Amino acid sequence: MTDTTLTPVDETGRHSMPLQGAQLPRYAPGLAAGIAVGIAVLAVLLGGVGAVAAVMIGWVLLAVGLPAWSRAVEGPRKAADRVAGVLVWSAFALAMIPLVSLVWTVVSKGLPILSAQFFQNSMRGILGEGGGIYHAVMGTLIITALATLISVPIGVLSAIYLVEYGKGSKLARVITFLVDVMTGIPSIVAGLFAYALFVIFFGPGVRMGFGGSVALSVLMIPIVVRATEEMLKLVPDELREASYALGVPKWRTIVKVVLPTAVAGIVTGVTLAVARVAGETAPLLIIAGLTTGANFNPFSERMATLPVFIFYAITEPGIYDEEMAAYAWGAALTLVTLVMVLNVAARVIGSVFAPKTGR
Amino acid sequence: MAKSIDVSDLNIYYGDFLAVEGVSMTIKARSVTAFIGPSGCGKSTFLRSLNRMHEVIPGARVEGKVMVDGQSLYEPSVDPVAVRRQIGMVFQRPNPFPTMSIYDNVLSGKKLNSKRMKKSESDDLVEKSLRGANLWTEVKDRLGKPGMGLSGGQQQRLCIARAIAVEPQVLLMDEPCSALDPISTSAIEDLIHELKSDYTIVIVTHNMQQAARVSDETGFFNLKATGEPGQLVEFNSTKQMFTNPDNEATEAYISGRFG
Ligand SMILES: Nc1ncnc2c1ncn2[C@@H]1O[C@H](COP(=O)(O)OP(=O)(O)O)[C@@H](O)[C@H]1O
Ligand SMILES: [Mg+2]
Repeated sequence: MTDTTLTPVDETGRHSMPLQGAQLPRYAPGLAAGIAVGIAVLAVLLGGVGAVAAVMIGWVLLAVGLPAWSRAVEGPRKAADRVAGVLVWSAFALAMIPLVSLVWTVVSKGLPILSAQFFQNSMRGILGEGGGIYHAVMGTLIITALATLISVPIGVLSAIYLVEYGKGSKLARVITFLVDVMTGIPSIVAGLFAYALFVIFFGPGVRMGFGGSVALSVLMIPIVVRATEEMLKLVPDELREASYALGVPKWRTIVKVVLPTAVAGIVTGVTLAVARVAGETAPLLIIAGLTTGANFNPFSERMATLPVFIFYAITEPGIYDEEMAAYAWGAALTLVTLVMVLNVAARVIGSVFAPKTGR
Repeated sequence: MAKSIDVSDLNIYYGDFLAVEGVSMTIKARSVTAFIGPSGCGKSTFLRSLNRMHEVIPGARVEGKVMVDGQSLYEPSVDPVAVRRQIGMVFQRPNPFPTMSIYDNVLSGKKLNSKRMKKSESDDLVEKSLRGANLWTEVKDRLGKPGMGLSGGQQQRLCIARAIAVEPQVLLMDEPCSALDPISTSAIEDLIHELKSDYTIVIVTHNMQQAARVSDETGFFNLKATGEPGQLVEFNSTKQMFTNPDNEATEAYISGRFG
């Protein structure tokens, strides 16, 4: 294995640097994994071993076999590298299991019900077949949009205060502390807060979509503040100074230099915050409630949303429980898709707004 | 349109920390004044106090007088924003605005202040400023491209163009060449020579040959002792400074015996 012609000895007796050594072929990990899987399958078919045991057998074979092979050919350092490689890949595969199975479950159960009609109909006057989630989709869109409208100005302006004006001041420290506390508020408490607030004005038993927006913004504001704060801190002071040195007042510097430089990150943060609250159930359960028809007025009466619709379709399906379960999975798939679209949008927006280097 | 600057008994603080003590000098109009001295002796601090950029740092303050064209800069009635429009600044590290094109970077002083300009007017101003900064021929075909796409030396000249586009009376430069290669450095030194006819220029430099090449007068800053504030040791014509300085410490520094 050791090729002596590669490490000739010079006059002083020192070995010249060996830069080459034996290596496993590139397909080695794949081959090892294939063999391990093959043996596991054989164990199930011929040995009558259970599925869990077979997976364990295959994994142990891979975790021992590949490093052993590597040690024989490449030496101990590379073998340790193979061990680490197997562990990292195994952890990754483990982490993927819940995600993949979740997506699989939602897609396989939700896809059959999806149709144009499912998105055009509401549940008004429907028992069993022929219903849809038009009302819930609209409700989720309206309530989330209003929550964004409330949270973004408050969140972004607070962050501007914290980074640009309040640095090191007592008020800034208090606000930062409160934002930290708000980050940890359970969503049901946010819902109770919004409910209590609206009861003051409208009396007990109040239900309105706008209340849901207020509850969601309680959850959203701290996320927006944090994201914006981090982005503003990333803007180098040199740019602010460059602007001041041109005789530009501070507020114009913030509006025209600092915010444009940070806007990609801010928009990404806001989009992720929207995605985060769009699926909230508890607060909407309390204050937005559920109806069977579309309600476009967030300031009066109950308003259906996707999460609440799913909740009731599963917990109180009535006698049409099969149909309602199908609707629930369809609504779940719609909600997951909505959140994924928002996440992708955040990435696209981030790269569109990012400062161009031209290089 | 160039102004002289009279500084008397200036003490400059960061919070309670006295960084520079008791500086008095007269900076002549339409000339180049260089500040030399070891690192940390307060050259940048002093320079930034000349256009009220010092107070941008929280807790930073100044005692004493800075008179520009007979007006005291630190009177309560003086607007620092107005001061900075008259006294421009170029920083050690080139800092073009990353969100702006080359064209917009040059106009940033006007645009950020929402000055409305006709297209022909702004075209003229961009060309004039870029020519003034010796950058026009290199960038005239890609004015719409981002300013960050230029090389370091070009970025620094873009920053100079940006500073002269607002037509200040005085131009302060804090080690403008320290991040640049020799060719870009020599381009900027040539530029300083040309700008001298229109502007009062104050330049901080680490490089004594550079001070000798570009300046008419030189100030040597040094720490009184380690842990003590910085002070102005000698202020003299560059010629005298480099041939026959009045102060022993200056001679020691210039001949490389310390610092
Ligand atoms: N932002 C700051 N806050 C506190 N002290 C500072 C700050 N900037 C500079 N100093 C201090 O002021 C002194 C002078 O620094 P500076 O003006 O940068 O020196 P020079 O430009 O001559 O190298 C140094 O002791 C430095 O530590
Ligand atoms: Mg400095």
